[in-house]
Amino acid sequence: MKLSDKAEEILEALWIAVEEEGRGFADIENIGIDSADPAYNELAALAFIEVKEGRVYFRNEGKEEGRMTIRRHRLAERLMMDVLNIRGETGDDKACQFEHLLHEGVDTKICIMLNHPSTCPHGKTIPPGDCCEEARRSGDLGVVPLTELKSNEEGEIAYIQTEDDKKMRKLMAMGVLPGNRIVLLQSFPSYIFRVGFSEFAIDTNMAREIFVRR
Amino acid sequence: MGLFKKKASCHSASSESNGAAKKVALVGNPNVGKSVLFNALTGAYVTVSNYPGTSVEVARGSAVIGDRYEIIDTPGMYSLLPITEEERVAREILLSESPDVVLHVLDARNLERMLTMTLQLIDAQLPVVLVVNIMDEAERMGLVIDIPLLQEKLGIPVIGAATAKKRGLDEIRRAIAGYDRKKHAVFGYSKRLEEDIESVARLIRGDYPLSNKSLALLLLQRDEEVTALLREREGEGFPAIAEMIRQKTFERRESFHLDLSLERKGIVKGILAGVFSVPANRKITFSERLSRWAVSPVSGIPLLLVVLYFGLYKFVGDFGAGTLVDFLEGTIFERYFNPWITGVVKEVIPWDILQELFVGEYGVITLGLRYAVGIILPIVATFFLFFSLLEDSGYFPRLALLVDRVFKKIGLTGRAVIPMVLGFGCDTMATMVTRTLETVRERIIATLLLALAIPCSAQLGVILALLSKAPGALLVWSVCLLLIFLFIGFLAARMMPGETPMFYMELPPMRLPQLSNVFTKTYTRMQWYFMEILPLFILASVLLWIGKITHFFEKAVEGLSPVMASLGLPKEVAVAFIFGFFRRDYGAAGLYDLQTKGILNGRQLTVAAVTLTLFIPCVAQFLIMKRERGMKVALAIGLFVSGLAFGSGWVLNEFLVVTRLL
Repeated sequence: MKLSDKAEEILEALWIAVEEEGRGFADIENIGIDSADPAYNELAALAFIEVKEGRVYFRNEGKEEGRMTIRRHRLAERLMMDVLNIRGETGDDKACQFEHLLHEGVDTKICIMLNHPSTCPHGKTIPPGDCCEEARRSGDLGVVPLTELKSNEEGEIAYIQTEDDKKMRKLMAMGVLPGNRIVLLQSFPSYIFRVGFSEFAIDTNMAREIFVRR
Repeated sequence: MGLFKKKASCHSASSESNGAAKKVALVGNPNVGKSVLFNALTGAYVTVSNYPGTSVEVARGSAVIGDRYEIIDTPGMYSLLPITEEERVAREILLSESPDVVLHVLDARNLERMLTMTLQLIDAQLPVVLVVNIMDEAERMGLVIDIPLLQEKLGIPVIGAATAKKRGLDEIRRAIAGYDRKKHAVFGYSKRLEEDIESVARLIRGDYPLSNKSLALLLLQRDEEVTALLREREGEGFPAIAEMIRQKTFERRESFHLDLSLERKGIVKGILAGVFSVPANRKITFSERLSRWAVSPVSGIPLLLVVLYFGLYKFVGDFGAGTLVDFLEGTIFERYFNPWITGVVKEVIPWDILQELFVGEYGVITLGLRYAVGIILPIVATFFLFFSLLEDSGYFPRLALLVDRVFKKIGLTGRAVIPMVLGFGCDTMATMVTRTLETVRERIIATLLLALAIPCSAQLGVILALLSKAPGALLVWSVCLLLIFLFIGFLAARMMPGETPMFYMELPPMRLPQLSNVFTKTYTRMQWYFMEILPLFILASVLLWIGKITHFFEKAVEGLSPVMASLGLPKEVAVAFIFGFFRRDYGAAGLYDLQTKGILNGRQLTVAAVTLTLFIPCVAQFLIMKRERGMKVALAIGLFVSGLAFGSGWVLNEFLVVTRLL
């Protein structure tokens, strides 16, 4: 069953206080949600939290739920910044509203699309989900720019991201096309890669625009 | 540049003037052996000239294969949709000269990538013959290519060849002679793309050298030249076409180029199924290993130093500027030729003044010819030989990627390393080659640096010979030039507006240069160089002679003597600077004369050498600068360079006096 938006925010605040700041509880006044709010009862009824004398404590069952809630929040922040290019306060605001939609596997899809990010735009850790663990186990490192490959590492070209039409055509003429295999041969002082039986040298700026699936 | 315009206006005239010879155009990527095939087909009679209105060189020759054919070697192109000026020229030749046969040459190892251009040529309904070249190396790598099957699938003649080994030449000749424009296979794109193409193609009314399908594709890719052409030719029908294009390009704004490339890739995959097979294990050849060494900074920089030491210092410096010059200038000219010709002239011409013109101190023969043939020729010849060897071995692209990072700091890309190295041979030629750089900004910076800090081989040879006698002087000279090169480049990059250019380059396999090709190249360059310099040397001798008999020359030396004094130099050095105005190497040779007379000490020699190296480019280079960059830029560079040369000379002299370094 789905928690209310307010309940999710309480869990987040509590999770930060307990897991990241290392305290035993969170003060209701610091959470920013009125103590009379039914969200507290909602959470208490589920045995996620315990409220005593204006302080909120985690119960064991609530910790995992809090972890996932904070994960959804920070994924939403990354989505705002990396994909939609909404930054600063607006980005944070929108992320706060957006996070509540990330249920029923939507969070997993976004996490895969963002290539399992480990930190939010503010530098805080995003707790890994099952998909992240799975990706790590199977060695699927997702799609990275060519610059992230190591020498002699091979991959499949996923896409080219450039706004310069000419550059795009130039790269395509070199055989840099989605689906082709690419081997990075050297990364300094210039990037050298091989596609088919030809070798090419490009500078860092161009290498950043070729995305490769390892 | 007027795409197709020639066809409209003077195509018929041009084919008449060629005696109605049929035309064969060689097209393809760079480094697939087009030029070797061209040489093999044409033999001796070849003209290399700039394509009208452009700076791109195109070679033409003739061959008799049954009938007489004109063979055209087009610049390298990757696609029918051009990006660089070379590609534009190559396409224009295909379109405006209506060749009877188009030989598409490609590298067997890269069949998959390069076949997409064959598709484009077939789409355009050009008379294509496909030459799958470099079969020998492909076979060595274990690749198997079924040529007959490929021919069947493409529906055009396909020949497997190794032109460097003379393999497949007869078949190519037969294919040219026996070509008939029968129908070839048609390749369909996806339904949606075909519909888009058709919706544009059916609006085109005019008659063009390309098929309507091909035109429509180019229009959809927003090709400006084709758009301009249709605007001109379609008249009232054009707005409808433009509207359709606008609509279609908007619908497919996300990724038209990419979709098209992917569709072509899919078609190529289909064609190559059963035609092309790759061995499971990649064989690593020696040339690949050598290539790895050349591009890794750890081994590449030492390798570069070795190449420079043996190639430039030992071969050009010691052997060319030392041994050969001693022999030609010292023995042949000074001992035998000059005394003999002086005797002859003195007998034939009774007047002293005219004798002076030919065999005097600044005589056309004793000075002009002696400098040109005795000093400059051997140095330049050895340099061009060295340069052509490096060029054919495939080393330059590797050097380019090594220096790209440093060159970015001075506003250039690694690509500029080729004109820069060529500048060590002849700055004039190198200034012409700066055209191959992509942006105007790069071209101006490269022109400036060539004019300023890159000594040409003749000058370099003489200066190396001069300074090697004064210990430490060579080091001071090199450090000075390197610092000025980097510093001025850095400043220029800061001050000139414009974006950082991108660097990309294909690395052709490293291979052992073919000696015949190297000698042909060296010979062509030498010929160009000699034609360029000999008249100037003679003119310079005449002017110096006039200067001498009118005493103007002495006054000029007097006039320059305060400048010389401020640099701490004896006034005789002014002679070298006046020589240097005609050609920089001429000036250096003048310095050489002074040094042998023992007028200069180590410090003075260094200051003079640095100033002279930086000093105004030779007349020929100035003229080329004017032609390539325009009068304003050329003048500005000329003035800046002269000012900086004397300024640096002054600073260096003060520095050396204070520090007593030399």
